[in-house]
Amino acid sequence: MGENLISINNLSFGYDKELLHKNINMQFNRGKVSAIMGGSGCGKTTILRLIGGQLKPNSGNVIVDGKVVHEQGREELHSIRRKMGMLFQHGALFTDLSVYENVAFPMREHTDLPESVIKDLVLLKLNAVGLRGAHKKMPAELSGGMARRVALARAIALDPDIIMYDEPFAGLDPISMAVICDLIRSLNDALGATSIIVTHDVAETFSFADYIYFLADGGVAAEGSPKQLLTSKLPFVKQFIHSEKDGPVPFHTEAPSYRSDLSL
Amino acid sequence: MERVKLDIWVGIFVALGIIAMFYLATRVGNLTSNDVNETYEVKAYFENIGGLKPRAAVKASGVVVGRIGSIKFDSEAFHAVVKINIDDRYSFPKDTFANIYTAGLLGEQYLALEAGGDDVNLKAGDLIQHTQDAVVLEKLISQFLYNSAGDDKGKD
Amino acid sequence: MMNNILNFLEKLGASFRGTLFGLGSGARLFFLTIIYSSDSFKRFNLTIKEIYFTGVLSLVIIVVSAFFVGMVLGLQGYYTLEKYGSSEAIGVLVALALVRELGPVVTALLFAGRAGTAITAEIGLMKTTEQLSAMEMMAVSPIARIVAPRFWAGMISMPILATVFSMVGILGGYFIAVLVIGVDDGAFWSQMQANVDFHNDIVDGAIKSVVFGFTCTLIALYQGLVAPPTAEGVSRATTKTVVISSLSVLGLDFVLTSFMFV
Repeated sequence: MGENLISINNLSFGYDKELLHKNINMQFNRGKVSAIMGGSGCGKTTILRLIGGQLKPNSGNVIVDGKVVHEQGREELHSIRRKMGMLFQHGALFTDLSVYENVAFPMREHTDLPESVIKDLVLLKLNAVGLRGAHKKMPAELSGGMARRVALARAIALDPDIIMYDEPFAGLDPISMAVICDLIRSLNDALGATSIIVTHDVAETFSFADYIYFLADGGVAAEGSPKQLLTSKLPFVKQFIHSEKDGPVPFHTEAPSYRSDLSL
Repeated sequence: MERVKLDIWVGIFVALGIIAMFYLATRVGNLTSNDVNETYEVKAYFENIGGLKPRAAVKASGVVVGRIGSIKFDSEAFHAVVKINIDDRYSFPKDTFANIYTAGLLGEQYLALEAGGDDVNLKAGDLIQHTQDAVVLEKLISQFLYNSAGDDKGKD
Repeated sequence: MMNNILNFLEKLGASFRGTLFGLGSGARLFFLTIIYSSDSFKRFNLTIKEIYFTGVLSLVIIVVSAFFVGMVLGLQGYYTLEKYGSSEAIGVLVALALVRELGPVVTALLFAGRAGTAITAEIGLMKTTEQLSAMEMMAVSPIARIVAPRFWAGMISMPILATVFSMVGILGGYFIAVLVIGVDDGAFWSQMQANVDFHNDIVDGAIKSVVFGFTCTLIALYQGLVAPPTAEGVSRATTKTVVISSLSVLGLDFVLTSFMFV
């Protein structure tokens, strides 16, 4: 077992003819919290789907724990996925099940544990995210932040080796954001897991991530630890970190000359 | 939704379906005890079976006593071979008549059995000797025309 | 002018190709559903829950509609038969019309409208809120857990609903013809029993309802799964479910009738 639990090698992928990712290389070390950042639509969430095997790369591969993901059969893919936990952007809780049932879902599907053991485990996981008292509620009764925390409890239900977060900070109030930040770091360390976060929230991410990848124009524009990136001279990185309106990522989209558009 | 309540409702639903099927079969359709009883098979030959179909009724004195089994054409003797399934409960003498009648004016055709006087009864595999074909409208009309033509001739 | 014709032909060709594609994808969904069906029976609770939602909750609309349809048949049929002096055949008319045609077909149309759209909306919404994706990532097949139980629930519910429809419809016809108009009670039932054959009429009607159940459920599931993950997409998908199910049912009805009753 190497240092890299997940490695992406020479990956190219596109939904249609146009390639979203061109020859990307990324490594995710064991036990570390890594972040994938970049502008909207640059393919961050797609990377997570490629790691999870929901999409097949056009060329190149993704290797998880020594296995090439898109070459696995149904059974092997299942066993790879059982080691993963994924937190979707809006929680993706099953709306017809209660909070308790949602967290118990992976346990019931993949283990033969008796109900009493499941009950203890569910309450344990909910306690870790601070929502043990809400276990009887239905997802519709939860706020956005609470729903996401329940989804997190569900994602760690089987103590996964890999936890993936899709925009965990999007649309949260500052308090919830601080809570999630804290949870991501502490859970990663407590479980000894490898976490990958897709986000464009600079301040929060830089405060606890170990390694950061910047995606732009189908490739890795920059990578490094937060300290390294803060002092980076690359214009793209500087624009992103310092929230500048205009720079390598232009303000104006492509358009004919202003004069010819106006009917002057 | 509690599991017990769910199961009860689904059980009621399925039971309702079975009841409805039963109802249709017995009160609406003609799935009478005839169809589930044991039957024995006899044969009959006809020159013309008219509109008789398999599963058509076989009646005696107007009561359904059996069903037509299969209807085939014998290409060597050039007549129709009709296999008849008669309910085990009913026995008929060997010289029974088998006639094809029509139910109502334009109705379905059925086989009517008229018992003869023989002491010996029909057994499985026997042949009914006396048969009467179905009435074919064209033949009836041509007979009528022939007769009336004959009458005219006679008058001359 | 030429352009318009060419455009029209192109659209026609595209929609024909689209229909073929839909049939192919639908067939693939059917085979996948069968392959993944073991859970629907081993954990029968899943299927029972779906039978409740598709079948039991449709009972009210089916029973009420059936009663009205039966009454209308009784009313219309009586006044037409009376002109030929055959008003006593009203029982046969109502029974045959219901058992052979209206029972399976109207039930299928109502089923597509009520249960079919519910299934499409539910699955489309689960797709939009990434619940299906989440299930996949948890190594649980959405086909086994979500699609297959609903499929078998639809297959079981439809014939039951169609049979109930026929029964209630006949009672509705009885109510109007005998209790209100005054046709002879005995003639109503005896003519019916003499002319409705279990094997030819009732069983064939049941076969139709099984085929329709299969069709409507599969279409509803398919539309839900391929709905674009937006509010508009889901709402369009439910409309498509109703339209495609209805047309398929009516078309299949013609095909089946020509096999069975001719």
